[in-house]
Amino acid sequence: MSALLEVSGISVTFDGFRAINNLSFEIGPAELRAVIGPNGAGKTTFMDIVTGKTRPDSGKVLFGERSVNLLGMTEAQIARAGVGRKFQRPTVFEDQSVAENLMMALKADRGPFAVLRWRPRPEHHARVAELASEVGLADHLPRKAGELSHGQKQWLEIGMLLAQEPRLLLVDEPAAGMTLAEREHTTRLLVDLAKTRAVVVVEHDMDFVRRLACKVTVLHEGAVLAEGSLDHVTRNPAVIEVYLGRG
Amino acid sequence: MTPGSLSRNPSVLIFLATLALFTLAVTFLSEAAGAGLISTSFVKTLGKTLCLCLIALAMDLIWGFAGILSLGHFAFFALGGYMIGMWLMYARTEVIVVEALAGAGLPPTPQEIRDGIASQIFGVVGGSDLPAIWAFAGSLPAQLALVVLVPGTLALVFGWLAFRSRVTGVYLSILTQAMTLALALYLFQNDSGLRGNNGLSGLQNIPGAEAVGQDWLSVWFFWASAAALGLGYALAAWVVSGKFGSVIRAIRDDEARVRFLGYPVEVYKLTVFTLTAVITAIAGALYYPQAGIINPAEMAPIASIYLAVWVAIGGRGRLYGAVIGAVFVSLLSSWFTGGRAPDLNLGFYTVKWVDWWQIVLGLSFVLVTLYAPRGIGGLFDLIAGLRAPDRRGAALGPGDGALREQEAKE
Repeated sequence: MSALLEVSGISVTFDGFRAINNLSFEIGPAELRAVIGPNGAGKTTFMDIVTGKTRPDSGKVLFGERSVNLLGMTEAQIARAGVGRKFQRPTVFEDQSVAENLMMALKADRGPFAVLRWRPRPEHHARVAELASEVGLADHLPRKAGELSHGQKQWLEIGMLLAQEPRLLLVDEPAAGMTLAEREHTTRLLVDLAKTRAVVVVEHDMDFVRRLACKVTVLHEGAVLAEGSLDHVTRNPAVIEVYLGRG
Repeated sequence: MTPGSLSRNPSVLIFLATLALFTLAVTFLSEAAGAGLISTSFVKTLGKTLCLCLIALAMDLIWGFAGILSLGHFAFFALGGYMIGMWLMYARTEVIVVEALAGAGLPPTPQEIRDGIASQIFGVVGGSDLPAIWAFAGSLPAQLALVVLVPGTLALVFGWLAFRSRVTGVYLSILTQAMTLALALYLFQNDSGLRGNNGLSGLQNIPGAEAVGQDWLSVWFFWASAAALGLGYALAAWVVSGKFGSVIRAIRDDEARVRFLGYPVEVYKLTVFTLTAVITAIAGALYYPQAGIINPAEMAPIASIYLAVWVAIGGRGRLYGAVIGAVFVSLLSSWFTGGRAPDLNLGFYTVKWVDWWQIVLGLSFVLVTLYAPRGIGGLFDLIAGLRAPDRRGAALGPGDGALREQEAKE
């Protein structure tokens, strides 16, 4: 199985601080991966690089069968290529309704003239309703997103990501601020999603990672420290030293 | 426009009906059509006001919906006016020159006519050659095309440079204002080819319509302005009604997030910027024949700031708000500055409105921004029982132009 995303040898320096140091990472087309690491390990910077927000000083980020280099593409081009990102804090368009938020995210031509002419057809409304019920917001379609609770906004954002139909999903701390029941729902959803696409979950919460039951990559000081099952990496003395040992 | 978008925007029908009624009423009260209750000069004022409504509408699209506070739209307005003004002046001077030369024995050659026109128009700035930019001035269709093309191209090039570098917020506003100022300063020069600070004049005389009196001309232009405003309103409502409207409002509130959805934010901004520049230019091309004169002072930075004030006082992010703001402020302004407002005698000091109006306007802008951010248009929300959401002071997004809590509707 060839990799969907292949990150090789990227480094990035902020004001002399090496946030990412010769990092390499690979994920298959239908795989769930958890990325853990202490604060400042470079987890968020890693996602910033893959989504085009930050440009690395060196290295390559190849994506898809045709191995297109994501470096040099804009955020919007990368998103259109099939990379979706869920931020740590829920970011939805608060002045617009749940339906409008989802409609905007639906996979379709993103060019301004195509969007200008685009009018929703019954199948689009149906798809939006389906997505809303998948994330438990079926009763809230006409409400403005700004009125939703924190957890509902998280769900709306996940719904928007699903609407985009990305091939690679980067999820930053999905469990933050969620109740136990919501966490279980999120776990099921992520595991389910990873059957058809690649999902990278950045998470602090070890319990949550254990529930995902997937391969784990441990980052430390901008490089991969260990990779394998959670049990495998937690037995690694280096990992214990830098991360778990400090509790 | 689909039936769906009309039913979702009842304001379009209400607006168009109101505009049609207003147009009819003014027509029947004008000097041209009988009753004579509205003077020709006031018909012109009303027609010009409709043009100002159209530019306010454009400003609301770019600022209220896309969150880009452009302080350069009066440059596009004036450019549109200059483009139509060139034809008006050229064609009218041509008539005069041909008449004058007809007295001579030999029929004049085209070169003679051209030289005559050039010295007539440019004598005032000490020139007698027709500058290259007047190449198409003899052709109405060409100048009409330039009304759209020149401001449109300027907006496209300027916008591309600015948006591509991801200049946003206050820096973009300053940049647009700098563009306007640079253009004004350039046009103030006598050798810019547009008669320097004299500008173009006599634009109220329409070549080929000499037999028609100003009373009817004013009504014609009033109709044309009303039609342009009606079309502009319908177009703007259509643009903001669908997914495009959703995307530009999303860009206003949180443009970084829009990028991660895959929308090319810069291309959208450029599209809206250029579209509104073109709408503005058309408004300018209708305005200046009614004003009769155009000079570079028209595009002074203050004009574009006025535009922002109209939209803010009318209520940003709602199309009818922009129109109401433009009508209200510009008519009130012409009443106060026209010397018709009675002086206010306070005993120890007499307030002369001609001097004090600017201060009243500035103060009301500050007060509206602070205490009634939804502006006059917000009154409609009061009637409809819509209130602002309680967000504990948080704006609706991290963008520079994002709606503020008080501007939003629940």
